[in-house]
Amino acid sequence: MEMMLAIGLGTITACAVYLLLRGRMFPVALGLSLLASAANLFIFLMGRLRPGAAPIIAPETSIYADPVPQALVLTAIVIGFGMTGFIMALAVRTRSETGSDHADGREPVPDRNEVDEP
Amino acid sequence: MTLPIIILLPFLAGATGALLAQRRGFTAAAWAAAVPIAGGLALLAGEAPAVLAGERILVSWPWLPQLGLNLSFRLDGLGFFFSLLILGIGLLVVLYARYYLSPQDRIGRLYALLMLFMTAMLGIVLSENMLLLVMFWELTSLSSFLLIGFWTHSPLARQGARMAFAVTGGGGLALLAGLLLIGEIAGSFELSAWFSAREAIRNHPRFNVALALILLGAFTKSAQFPFHFWLPAAMAAPTPASAYLHSATMVKAGVFLLARLYPLLGGNLVFEYTTTGVGLVTMVFGAYVAMFRHDLKGLLAYSTISHLGLIVFLLGLDTPMSSVAAVFHIGNHATFKASLFMAAGIIDHECGTRDMRRLGGLWRNMPQTATLAIVAASAMAGVPLFNGFLSKEMFFAEALDLHGLPLLEGVAPAAVTLGAMFSVAYSVRFIHDVFFDKPHDLPHPPHKPPRYMKVPAEILAVVCIAVGVLPNYTVAPLVDAAAREVVGDSLPAYHITIWHGFTLPLAMSAVALAGGAVIYWLLRHHYDLHLHVPVRYTGRLLFQHAYDGLIVLAARFTNQLHNGSLQRSLALVIATFLGLGAWPFVVHGFGAGNLTPAVPPTLGIVVWGAAMAGALGAVWLHHTRVVAIILAGVVGLATSIAFAYFSAPDLSLTQLAVEVVTTLLLLMALALLPQSTRRESTRGRRARDAALATGAGVMVAGLSWAVLTREEESIAWYFLEHSVPGGGGNNVVNVLLVDFRGFDTFGEIIVLGMAAMGAWMLLAGLRTDTPPAVPLPSMNQILFAAAARVLLPFALLVAVYVFLRGHNLPGGGFLAGLVAALALVMQYMGDGLRPILARVRIDFLALIGAGVLLAGVTGLASMLAGAPFLTSATGHWRIPLIGDLTLASAIAFDLGVFMVVLGATLLTLTALGQARCTASASREDT
Repeated sequence: MEMMLAIGLGTITACAVYLLLRGRMFPVALGLSLLASAANLFIFLMGRLRPGAAPIIAPETSIYADPVPQALVLTAIVIGFGMTGFIMALAVRTRSETGSDHADGREPVPDRNEVDEP
Repeated sequence: MTLPIIILLPFLAGATGALLAQRRGFTAAAWAAAVPIAGGLALLAGEAPAVLAGERILVSWPWLPQLGLNLSFRLDGLGFFFSLLILGIGLLVVLYARYYLSPQDRIGRLYALLMLFMTAMLGIVLSENMLLLVMFWELTSLSSFLLIGFWTHSPLARQGARMAFAVTGGGGLALLAGLLLIGEIAGSFELSAWFSAREAIRNHPRFNVALALILLGAFTKSAQFPFHFWLPAAMAAPTPASAYLHSATMVKAGVFLLARLYPLLGGNLVFEYTTTGVGLVTMVFGAYVAMFRHDLKGLLAYSTISHLGLIVFLLGLDTPMSSVAAVFHIGNHATFKASLFMAAGIIDHECGTRDMRRLGGLWRNMPQTATLAIVAASAMAGVPLFNGFLSKEMFFAEALDLHGLPLLEGVAPAAVTLGAMFSVAYSVRFIHDVFFDKPHDLPHPPHKPPRYMKVPAEILAVVCIAVGVLPNYTVAPLVDAAAREVVGDSLPAYHITIWHGFTLPLAMSAVALAGGAVIYWLLRHHYDLHLHVPVRYTGRLLFQHAYDGLIVLAARFTNQLHNGSLQRSLALVIATFLGLGAWPFVVHGFGAGNLTPAVPPTLGIVVWGAAMAGALGAVWLHHTRVVAIILAGVVGLATSIAFAYFSAPDLSLTQLAVEVVTTLLLLMALALLPQSTRRESTRGRRARDAALATGAGVMVAGLSWAVLTREEESIAWYFLEHSVPGGGGNNVVNVLLVDFRGFDTFGEIIVLGMAAMGAWMLLAGLRTDTPPAVPLPSMNQILFAAAARVLLPFALLVAVYVFLRGHNLPGGGFLAGLVAALALVMQYMGDGLRPILARVRIDFLALIGAGVLLAGVTGLASMLAGAPFLTSATGHWRIPLIGDLTLASAIAFDLGVFMVVLGATLLTLTALGQARCTASASREDT
């Protein structure tokens, strides 16, 4: 289980980082959103794996999952949404101002040796 | 209480008063600045009997005692002497500046800055806590920067201000480091504690490092060679500021520090050789250069450098009498130099130039000013019956009496005589070139200076003579009290007198006076002084080169790292993190811990496999953006399931709701953006990014594996134990959010609200020419709309239910806010945005604001009850029909959270939706 989770988290992070390094705003925002998911899961898993032990105090229970990372992650999830919203608004505004949806706010100047043959 | 009042009075009363009064004219502003200073002087005078009797007044209030920073002040003889100079000369400068500034200058600003500086300076001389002293020290650097650059339109003023700030501010940092080192050794930053731990500090191996840093701070501030070059450059300041800062106060801060710390630093060979050596070189060098300066203020600046060198030399010697001479000369130099600066300002003001090659013969036009200048210059040259003579005589005596510094014997007496000769020569030049030589090239006939502009200089000239003739009836007690503090114990019996008989110091004085006159005569008649072209100021030039070079280097470095491309910066950031993060793996490997791995359930394998496939698919197909959104949604969904499986119902529900609104948001934004991403990355770029991504993935996987296979040491037990008794709720996560970590949550909802407002502001009134790339979906989705309408009340009911049970069961303000937002968004999807906005008249901005306010007020309410911010109270109510209800006051806080989340979500989505409407409208228009 631990191995599976670790590999999965690694995969999601890798995909997120790759998208983050693209040039256009949209894949960047998508990558950021994926990275937020991965980071949230990672922080959450720092509380270790404890199925069936929700941290809700009940009389005859004594084992609970760690509530601290859960509380940290809960606000992070909601703020992640706020951040995605802000970035998308920025992307839309930038595009309408500059006509480009490149993350740098301008179309990249292609290298001379990369220009396609006419 | 008197000490902090004396310190703060100039700034709090004087600065604000002058700024307010300047509309009523210059005189009103001057009164507003002068009265608080006079008040400060009166308060100081009240303490005089005790201080002169040898008492030390210490007061202290804790500020950040954990860091050793206290508001502790100390008034002793030394502090009293300096405070008197600062306030007394400050008062005269205020009067002088009233007449010096021209009507278009903003006098309120000058006074405000002078008062700020005065407060900073008083803070330095009255601080007992050394960290507090550094704070005031930096404040003098800062306010002198503003004063030197007062005429912001002049490039010379700006350059001079920058240079002074860089040198003295940099020295201040060195000083801070040195004082921190000593504070570490002594375990306290109080001066008294340092003095009592004197031996332990001096024997510590790091003492010499601290000493070097402190000397660096003092030498830069007091313009000692080779850091002197900022002082001539600072002459671009208005003359009142120069008269104040560069004669009496700012530059004296360095020598004050040496005097203040003398009981700790003095008597150490490193200290003695450094200070006497630097002081001697500075003294001779400054005096030599001063002879060749054509600018009156330039001459005075180099003369100040030279006199500061003299004082530093005296402070380096270890005889008690050298301390007396140093303190005495500090006072004498302040009076005659301030008066000379004022005279130079008057000449500049009335003749339109300060260049001695153009001035001349002014004796006929302004005999009174000439008399003043002659008195002050005689004091500067060390002519008998003026105060400078007395302290210079003592200085000569000390230079002959060098115990324990064999390297200087013979050198020091010769050097000081030479320096004194130069000093006489430039004093003679000041008087002769300006007042007696024939005028050369005056810009216009001199005006008559205003009566009261001369008064401050007259008062100082009277002081020069009074002290020079009757030292024991004027300053002797003050000097004595101050020097006692420097030496640290009692002084030997001494008497300041004009006549000691025919002694060697008297002979040195005579040689200096005669030699100086001869040097000037030779310079005028055998070397045409007026044609002398000063050498390019090397120190200044070197500084400028270093400064420019640093800026070029910084710009080049920045361009290398960040050329405006996000991809490049991100790649560098990620690569740096990979490099740093890889280190522990390289050292310790990817070892597993000792926990027995669990076997994953089959469903878990399926869900997790789907998540990985979704992420990989989103990368693979990201050029088709809609598909990428949906595939990324799979990851979010799997995350939600993982939360649910590993006992985090709150997270699971929140993640689910957020995933829905995020997907909606991305789809809405996509309607305004291109539908696909061009394939434009080169193969090399893709390979680089893939390598970085793989590295990041491996690192996260390795770290997760390492953590998950090891035992946990958690602080969870505390919250699990205190959740019910302390927070009144069974759902520990919710109690954490609204109670234990309530302040944190408060900050986070503010961030959320700001992000939503930012999105709204970016999109408000957006007119986009680019038409949406896909046809807008038909709004006649009657079935969906009808279903959504029926669902609305139920969905809202669910939101209320989720909210209310949140403290004890999964739910709470975050989740309820998202559910309510979804309920309304569903209406929007069914009916379109405009009809919904018309029906649901909620101002989302106001909702966010009200939510933050409610949460904040809840926190403050607990403060009113005497508990810390956001302490929760619990109560039980029996409500008919519903039954037993346990409510914590935190529910009001959670309601605030609910409102912010609801408002932020809807604000972001409607902003995007409205931008889209504008876009479609603009398309219809064309």
